[in-house]
Amino acid sequence: MPSVKSITKTLLLTELLQGLALTFKTMWKPKFTVYYPEEKTPQSFRYRGLHALRRYANGEERCIACKLCEAVCPALAITIESDVSDDGTRRTTRYDIDLFKCIYCGFCEEACPVDAIVETRIHEYHMENRGENIMTKDKLLAVGDRYEGMIAADKAQDAAYR
Amino acid sequence: MLINILFYVFSATLIGAALGVVLARNSVHSAMFLVLAFFTSSGLWLLMGAEFLAIVLVLVYVGAVMVLFLFVVMMLDINTAQMREGFTRYAPLGLVIALIMIAEIAYVVYYRHLDLNAELLVAPTTAVAVSNTKSLGAVLYTQYAYPFQLAAVLLLIAIVAAITLTMRARPNLKKQDISAQVAVGKADRLQIVQVASEKRP
Amino acid sequence: MSLLGLYNSLAVSEQVALIKTVQIIGVLLAVVICVAFMTLAERKVIGWIQGRIGPNRVTLFGIPFTEGLGQPFADVVKLLFKEIILPANADKVLFLLAPMIALVPAFATWAVVPFSPEFVLADIDAGLLYVLALTSLGVYGIILAGWATNSKYALLGALRSAAQIVAYEIAMGFALVGVLMASGSLNLSDIVRSQAGALGWNVVWLAPLAVIYFISGVAETNRAPFDVAEGESEIVAGFHVEYSGATFATLFALPEYANMILIATLTSVMFFGGWLSPFDGYLGAGSLLSQPSFLWLAIKIVFFLFCFLWFRATFPRYRYDQIMRLGWKVFIPLTLIWIFVEGLMVYWHIGPWHR
Repeated sequence: MPSVKSITKTLLLTELLQGLALTFKTMWKPKFTVYYPEEKTPQSFRYRGLHALRRYANGEERCIACKLCEAVCPALAITIESDVSDDGTRRTTRYDIDLFKCIYCGFCEEACPVDAIVETRIHEYHMENRGENIMTKDKLLAVGDRYEGMIAADKAQDAAYR
Repeated sequence: MLINILFYVFSATLIGAALGVVLARNSVHSAMFLVLAFFTSSGLWLLMGAEFLAIVLVLVYVGAVMVLFLFVVMMLDINTAQMREGFTRYAPLGLVIALIMIAEIAYVVYYRHLDLNAELLVAPTTAVAVSNTKSLGAVLYTQYAYPFQLAAVLLLIAIVAAITLTMRARPNLKKQDISAQVAVGKADRLQIVQVASEKRP
Repeated sequence: MSLLGLYNSLAVSEQVALIKTVQIIGVLLAVVICVAFMTLAERKVIGWIQGRIGPNRVTLFGIPFTEGLGQPFADVVKLLFKEIILPANADKVLFLLAPMIALVPAFATWAVVPFSPEFVLADIDAGLLYVLALTSLGVYGIILAGWATNSKYALLGALRSAAQIVAYEIAMGFALVGVLMASGSLNLSDIVRSQAGALGWNVVWLAPLAVIYFISGVAETNRAPFDVAEGESEIVAGFHVEYSGATFATLFALPEYANMILIATLTSVMFFGGWLSPFDGYLGAGSLLSQPSFLWLAIKIVFFLFCFLWFRATFPRYRYDQIMRLGWKVFIPLTLIWIFVEGLMVYWHIGPWHR
């Protein structure tokens, strides 16, 4: 049986009014919203965004088709087919990452013995048609070629902790 | 002129809706036709100047009774085919009842024609002079105060009886006592314990 | 022939009918535009309370400094162009009829609302009853939508909403009985007029009824913290799960917000003196501030609408059985007690009944 005190408290709505007073006060406080396209929050060099395949400085593909990334991928987003290339080395003929399956865990990057597959800090990308979610080898290499400077700088910063 | 047109429109809708109540295959559709019937009859009453009754009809029947009705009907899972089996058997009985009702209405309309007309004529004149609600209330709380109270008590008894008949406490029923839950304070749930901190070894 | 000449050539009754039609259309348009900006205000206010800024992109026709004001129109355009999906097993007729049925009472009630001392669409004697009758019809749209969808979530939402509205309808009705006793009239304009003078507002003597009326109004419009009919955390979205595009807008957004504005208006009219000035009776009749006008009503409406949003941003959702308890076991007895107290006040000539 509730006490007389608690009943009067309920009927006078004291607790509700306290809550309302609190929210009314917060209404006038400064806002935290970041005006996104104009303003951006700082980004870590470890940010795991869009994938890229890297090349050595002489233009040779790093990837040796060891398929460690395919094996470690928890979401089974990576598909690799390999063959012997013209110069006798082992190379991938197909390297697909399904961006819809990918959970951006970064395991592929950690598993890679030659630092071929990396996740860049690019996060502003989109698809407009069905099928564009598959990042093919060409697309991945193109991303790698284009942002090699940024990727190399990020990896150099992270190297001390690896 | 306009009143006449409205009267025929409302009457036609009312008859159509009433037929719909009986003929609709889906019970929810029947209930909705009943709502429409209430609405149109309320419109007819408005035309006769009985605005209080018209609005109360909507308020009570459409706003409360039919909502509960729909509430029940929506959850019913009636096998209509099974329901229809008895149709031919009960048709003569239904026909007899319908005929009796029609005869009664005819009797009232034709043989007591004068009385009915007089009553109909009296109602609108008072409605124009004083507010409809006021005149009704004045009669209800003076001349008919006793029967009115009696009816109210009767309804109360009906409510109490219905509740006592259906509210049986089942022995193994688990339910929450919301009043107790709401009345809970900080002291009932939270215990602050002082724990001595561990010494560094 | 000019339009004015055409107008003058009409009979007097036709002129009246024409003016009334224009007035009705005007009021409806005003309500719809208020609804549009209400959706924006809701997102803005809740944003502010949560430390955000709310919609701030769409401008009104590119006019600078109106960022965000165009949002409702962008939303409307988006909703109208979206596909209307008919669930395969839905009752097609009722599914499409439900949004329209929901719309009617939300708009029809505005007929008796006294906007200013001079302007009310229909100054009928049974105004209060009309309001009660029509607000009780709002539930049909929700029930039918829930049933016609033929989905279990929608049906649950509809049942919850029906039970809730029936429960709070009664408390609301009793609160209005108190108003009726205080002003001795069912005509809304008379109710406002009876509240004139110092300490004249009904809220002074009927404070519990005013609070109960407004809270019941919040419950009746299915707004937070009483929005279990939607209950997105347990029954997805309740009665409007399967509605999309224009049907969603007319079933959910329009009636809900129109009803909110209506409840805010009715609370101001019944308990807070409607178009009467708050300074009436204190500053003397000659003062400009004590003149009755639509402006005062508008200020009161805006305040109560803000309360709707404020409540939504402050209180967590009630559990369903708690809602039922509040309605049946708390509000109805409280209103009955206060009606009894009011009866005693009338009998002993206390307060506004001293004359």
